[in-house]
Amino acid sequence: MEKIIQPIPVAQSDLAQRELDAMCVNESELKHPWWHNLKYSAWGVLFGIAFVKAEIISWFRIQEMFRFESFHMYGVIGTAVVVGLISVQLIKRFNIKTVQGEAVVIPNKTFNKGQVYGGLLFGLGWAITGACPGPLFAQIGAGYSVIIVTFLSAWAGTWVYGYFRDKLPH
Amino acid sequence: MLELIKQPWPWYVAGALIGLTVPYLLLVGNKTFGISSSLRHLCAACIPGDVKFFKYDWKKEAWNLFFVGGIAVGAFLAATFLSDPNPIVLAEGTQEYLASKGITDTSHLLPAEIFSWEQLFTLRGLIFFVVGGFMVGFGTRYAGGCTSGHAIMGLSSLQWPSLVATVMFMVGGILMTWFILPHLLTL
Repeated sequence: MEKIIQPIPVAQSDLAQRELDAMCVNESELKHPWWHNLKYSAWGVLFGIAFVKAEIISWFRIQEMFRFESFHMYGVIGTAVVVGLISVQLIKRFNIKTVQGEAVVIPNKTFNKGQVYGGLLFGLGWAITGACPGPLFAQIGAGYSVIIVTFLSAWAGTWVYGYFRDKLPH
Repeated sequence: MLELIKQPWPWYVAGALIGLTVPYLLLVGNKTFGISSSLRHLCAACIPGDVKFFKYDWKKEAWNLFFVGGIAVGAFLAATFLSDPNPIVLAEGTQEYLASKGITDTSHLLPAEIFSWEQLFTLRGLIFFVVGGFMVGFGTRYAGGCTSGHAIMGLSSLQWPSLVATVMFMVGGILMTWFILPHLLTL
């Protein structure tokens, strides 16, 4: 199943399309069989357990956070940023390669007005649902089946954004 | 040991684990951490319609769907085998405020007074599930990321647009919590 990758101009590439309004895409030169993706599932499982056990998926904890009455969520997000920051600095400083030997690539995010308008809209929704996209998956997994409705609505919201994207200010 | 794991985890344990997701994804597959993109990949994969924004090879981003699938499985395992029978311990101020709005059931992670199927077809339910969910899905994509993509991955890699987005998330959340939600809760 090994394919030879033809170089394509970046501007027309599929990657350029996927990069629109996204943080988390890049183009690894390597192709793997599908089951290699299970290494992401494995970490996801650990992540999901932490989400539930530290009550990050709790609507109550999000209320406390926005009411400034508990340090818990600030502690979680703050620790995550510090650990992430140190990790990224170490990777850059020592030029640490991926396990496949590739150089680590972190795409740069460019500013547009979407971060302001979209960010505000997401914040408003976050305080209602008590969940950002990650916790939505975890709430459903933890047995709060009615959150399937919230999830479907979020999915629809993403589609509607895609449909009207060209008409929105950026 | 198992008893210790079953208790609620402190913020620094969960925070460190979530932070380690950043180097894990970078080093095992050169992936940058983000969750809201999964919703977009699901659009690209499943929803028909001639929308340019969803015309790309979503299979190249399938790792993201495997990751969020793992989150759901992990949450299931934690809720099934590691659950803590005690009610959630809330800050006193939050508890009193919510009680004044008729929300007193802290036996689950989500208040049963709002998050149940019976509530879905009420005006409040419609806002909490349908409107709230829509804003999360629309807003995160418009912003180009959510708490993971911007607040954690973006800030970790010192990207200032992510700081703007994170500040706006907080502004939106605070406005909703202090000025709008008090009215929504009593609908």
